[in-house]
Amino acid sequence: MAIDPQLAADLKSQGVHVTSFEQLINWGRSSSLWPLQFGLACCAIEMIAATMAKYDMARFGAEVFRPSPRQADLMIVAGTVTKKMAPQVVRLYNQMAEPKYVIAMGACAISGGPFKDGYNVLKGIDRFIPVDVVIPGCPPRPEALLEGLMTLRDKIAKEKLMGKHRVRHADPNGAASFPVPEYGAHDLEPAVNRDIWNPPAITREGGEA
Amino acid sequence: MISDSSMPYSAPTLAPGADDDQLLHVSLGPQHPSTHGVFRMNVVLDGETVVSLKPVFGYLHRNHEKIAEGVTYLSSMPYTDRLDYICPLSNNWAYAHAVEKLAGIEVPERAEYMRVILAELTRLINHTAFMGFILGDMGAWGSALMYAFRERELILDLFEDLTGARMMANFMRFGGCRNDLPAGWAEKCSVLVDDYGPFLDEMEKFLVGNEILLARCQDVGQLPKETLINGGITGPMLRAAGVNYDIRKAEPYGIYERFSFRIPLGDKGDCYDRIMIRFLEMRESLKILRQALDQLPEGEYVNPKAKIRGFKPPVGEAYARIEGPKGELGFHLISDGTVNPYRYRVRPPSFINLTLLEDMCLGLDLADVVIILGSIDIVLGEVDR
Repeated sequence: MAIDPQLAADLKSQGVHVTSFEQLINWGRSSSLWPLQFGLACCAIEMIAATMAKYDMARFGAEVFRPSPRQADLMIVAGTVTKKMAPQVVRLYNQMAEPKYVIAMGACAISGGPFKDGYNVLKGIDRFIPVDVVIPGCPPRPEALLEGLMTLRDKIAKEKLMGKHRVRHADPNGAASFPVPEYGAHDLEPAVNRDIWNPPAITREGGEA
Repeated sequence: MISDSSMPYSAPTLAPGADDDQLLHVSLGPQHPSTHGVFRMNVVLDGETVVSLKPVFGYLHRNHEKIAEGVTYLSSMPYTDRLDYICPLSNNWAYAHAVEKLAGIEVPERAEYMRVILAELTRLINHTAFMGFILGDMGAWGSALMYAFRERELILDLFEDLTGARMMANFMRFGGCRNDLPAGWAEKCSVLVDDYGPFLDEMEKFLVGNEILLARCQDVGQLPKETLINGGITGPMLRAAGVNYDIRKAEPYGIYERFSFRIPLGDKGDCYDRIMIRFLEMRESLKILRQALDQLPEGEYVNPKAKIRGFKPPVGEAYARIEGPKGELGFHLISDGTVNPYRYRVRPPSFINLTLLEDMCLGLDLADVVIILGSIDIVLGEVDR
């Protein structure tokens, strides 16, 4: 940062807080994430438990669950995404206003989890929408969800809003919505959107691929 | 880029003579705060009155039965947790009960007591969470659920001590349970049972004379007893209408014959009765828990002769059922003598209780649909499987 940390600390002791525009915006965004009230399966119960008295997600400014995607910043994909449900999940994501973030909560949302072998289960929501934080577990404990939320807050606090490495939502050419898959004869069409996450093939040195 | 063709919508059929131009077609769900998961209802409204209601299932169909046919008998146990994910231990019991019936496995007495204790604690969790959710449907979003989940956490702490998991216990085994009660668990459970009565008093005090609750629930969603019986409705929904049918009494399983408890019955079968009957059931559960904890014997927690590895039941079929918190929960297994079942079928209470939804809702307001759906107490993991 351009501000000298020593100078900033001196000014702070005098009651003057110096910051950058980017930090201020990111601080505001990370401190009041409004999740979409959207439960899919078992994990949703733990998501509700995380907002209740014992775990109290309100401490982190994320207890205002909005039933409408238009008012939400954060989509917690809590539970198994089936092939029948996947287009609706993508559509909800598309309807959310920028900036928007996605937490994939639980093994099913990450990869299909225990139901991976099922003919109707999507093997990970990251096939269709970009995921910011994944929380493993089946279901993850409410503490794990809180940890995931803190991770997301850290991620938002470090976002670059300008320059070459700016985040997707600060880039005028960044995609705000993603194609909704359609029901095909046997599977969703397309079965996976390679533009979102295309892992490189793993090759080992001195061995076969 | 955004295409709408992936959400097929077929207009519901209407009664002949109905004027379609004046009707409003509403698609409630699959993402809707009142649908308790990913359930969808295509509702047709004339003004505010429901003319037609067609449920759409399958948004959480995750192939439980098909997966179970490909894995060993014991490997299906964790999947049963995820059927009705609010009360996993009842599901564990129903499945273990079915396999024990299929293979003729005896269950030791201490394990039977442990099962009763866990099943009744699960009933407490389910009915308490139900109170929170249905009051949320009526507009008290948050506060009632706070109370409910506060008590639920206390029971979950007990489950965690015993099984290592808060929700997905995977605890029952064929011929008993996975491990014995840890030291001091029964005493902790006993304290919880003593403290639960005052919590129910507190909760009931808020609700019994509550004007909003009375106005929104009384005389809503009644059906004749005959219709309910013909529809296969079980559990609190049926008993709220005054039909005395509880599998714990009608076809006692486990050791329920040893306990003295009563089956609370409703009067009219409206949503108010369905709420109140759950309070009464929780009080009866507390009675059972108190007796079971007092009588808890020493001994084996699992039948030592029961096989874990390479378990192959004889050729045959078995259907076993228990009184789950939501109704009759049954498992039908067909064995061909191999390590995995030939056919595995769940009889899910919430799905079958949901079949009469349209009959209950016709002629009422749209706002009543939300209450009726809440009073059925569905869990989508069990409806769609």
